[in-house]
Amino acid sequence: MELHSQLKAAVGELCRGFPDAYWRELDARRAYPSEFVETLTKAGYMATLIPEEYGGAGLGLTEAAIILEEIHRSGGNAAACHAQMYIMGTLLRHGSAEQKKQYLPKIASGELRLQAFAVSEPTTGSDTTKLKTLATRKGDRYVVKGQKIWISRAEHSDLMLLLARTTPVEQVKKRTEGLSTMLVDIRKSLGHGLTIHPIRTMVNHATTEVFFDDLEVPVENLVGEEGQGFRYLLDGLNAERILIASECIGDGRWFVDRACRYAKERVVFGRPIGQNQGVQFPLARAYANVEAASLMVAHAARLFDSHQPCGAQANMAKLLAADASWEAANAAIQTHGGFGFAEEYDVERKFRETRLYQVAPISTNLILAYLAEHVLGLPRSY
Amino acid sequence: MKILVCMKQVPQKDAPLKLNEGGTWIREDVSYEVNEPDAYALEEALRQKEKHGGEVVVITAGPARAQQVLREGLAKGADRAIHLDDNAFVGMDAMNISKAFVAAIKDDKFDLIFTGLQSDDYGYAQTGVIMAELLGWPHATIIMEIQKSDGGIKVKRELESGFFQHVGMPLPAVLTIQSGINKLRYATLLGIKQAKNKPLRKVTLDEVKSSLSDNMQKVEKLYIPQKSKKTEMLEGSPAEVAKKLVEKLRNEVRVI
Ligand SMILES: Cc1cc2nc3c(=O)[nH]c(=O)nc-3n(C[C@H](O)[C@H](O)[C@H](O)COP(=O)(O)OP(=O)(O)OC[C@H]3O[C@@H](n4cnc5c(N)ncnc54)[C@H](O)[C@@H]3O)c2cc1C
Repeated sequence: MELHSQLKAAVGELCRGFPDAYWRELDARRAYPSEFVETLTKAGYMATLIPEEYGGAGLGLTEAAIILEEIHRSGGNAAACHAQMYIMGTLLRHGSAEQKKQYLPKIASGELRLQAFAVSEPTTGSDTTKLKTLATRKGDRYVVKGQKIWISRAEHSDLMLLLARTTPVEQVKKRTEGLSTMLVDIRKSLGHGLTIHPIRTMVNHATTEVFFDDLEVPVENLVGEEGQGFRYLLDGLNAERILIASECIGDGRWFVDRACRYAKERVVFGRPIGQNQGVQFPLARAYANVEAASLMVAHAARLFDSHQPCGAQANMAKLLAADASWEAANAAIQTHGGFGFAEEYDVERKFRETRLYQVAPISTNLILAYLAEHVLGLPRSY
Repeated sequence: MKILVCMKQVPQKDAPLKLNEGGTWIREDVSYEVNEPDAYALEEALRQKEKHGGEVVVITAGPARAQQVLREGLAKGADRAIHLDDNAFVGMDAMNISKAFVAAIKDDKFDLIFTGLQSDDYGYAQTGVIMAELLGWPHATIIMEIQKSDGGIKVKRELESGFFQHVGMPLPAVLTIQSGINKLRYATLLGIKQAKNKPLRKVTLDEVKSSLSDNMQKVEKLYIPQKSKKTEMLEGSPAEVAKKLVEKLRNEVRVI
């Protein structure tokens, strides 16, 4: 526990060096927070989950969640780099000894950035197993053809983990088979079959569209066994969901904080607006929901760290936290009245940012569909 | 070089403060942080150690919560910590805190003691200076730069109006460090993990009690400035009113 308060204080101090104005200015230019990411990396926070033998801190998801929550709690946005923390999990769990030795120490030091994970495709969406990007084995290489969309941070990453079909769907018994994960060396591949186009979105998220035109990937870049990629994807998702949920908790606390501060100061009709129940009740409710969601996030992280099944809890954590932060965002912008729309109050920026988590990395409906089917035993709906 | 850094925990800069019931100090339920100049003192000590080798020890006095500043010091690179652990240290004046520190380090042999220039709460700027007097060591205040020289150190002091003063002195010595003298480092994750295993010695009030005296300075009353509005009509002919107005602006409001 002492480590946790220590961690929170230290990350908080680091974030004070990157105040609202820093994020606001980047947002206006849709620019990448290089200086923030570099500072965080140098201080070792991106290597939280990497075991000590590979140069990381060897800590758990609980600690990683504290770090990400604190970044969001202080008004920043960890989306620019959070994936550097967890994408390596696939390599760690399923990579060969040589791959781990080759990559993990460099990922831990930040020398190698592995923070792009290419799953989503334009025509198949949430129906992941239908993805069409094909990697065909030719001698000692795969030749990759296809297209991915919403691949975040690809322009700020050295390696990309790719999920592609290695056996055509008509040749497998189950659709979940025949998918594989492999590492693409972005630096070597650009201009040799790999093209990356940035997509401008309503948030400053450095997301891109990625095209594979007969890109050659050496066979030794395959992570784990050929055809088992979907299984590897699934067991990495819990970590991602819990960590993104922790960011939502940070956002939620930031919204409640800022809104309460404003509600105490803003005087209309001769009294602070926060004295009106119509203003304070939504904030009180948002607060309660954020606190409740944070318990589920902590619970899921604890299960994950003690190697217990946590699929349902990780999904619920993501659902509840994303809903709580979105509700808090709404209450905060309403509390600020017209000023909530002004860039210099940062509420509209955080409002846009936290909205994303209703859709990515998994949309709310798909979590509900998962819970209905796998936890409640209802017929599969999708 | 063996350097002791005195670090104080103070209320966070933007924390909303409430007075305690007696109106003698603030209520304890606020967020705390490291006193800013002390953070610079620590950074300077770490830099001196990186240049010349040695040891950096951090010390604080206060209740359990104050240990946080020592943990931060250890996480950033200090080698060990000393915590004078008692609620009673909160109300002590600078004289007694200095006496307590000097008593707590009597078995150590430091080359340098750093404090921040002043604390952001009381703002006395006395602890370092009094410690130097108690120890019989030379001291210099508002330090902007420290260089090792033959047999001692050379320091740069900040004076008023952009003037600086260069002073040479032998070791051991006490320096009070100005904010902004260097660029603060962040605690690394590894540093935070390692801090757990670094020695932290607790010193009880009893251990230093015999060195303490009655407080020589006491806060009688603390209050939040009262804002009040008073309208006064100046009567008479325009010339008389103008004369009265100028008088008031000059003698009461003192703006001209
Ligand atoms: C900014 C951003 C960054 C992203 N980063 C990455 C990344 O780095 N890597 C990556 O691989 N992907 C990334 N994504 C993609 C993201 O994971 C997908 O957008 C998300 O999974 C939803 O897929 P889709 O957009 O195709 O929506 P669709 O699957 O087309 O769904 C559209 C809507 O229909 C609903 N819906 C669909 N099917 C059902 C059903 N059966 N029942 C009920 N409702 C249904 C969904 O809930 C959703 O609301 C990112 C997306 C964004 C916007």
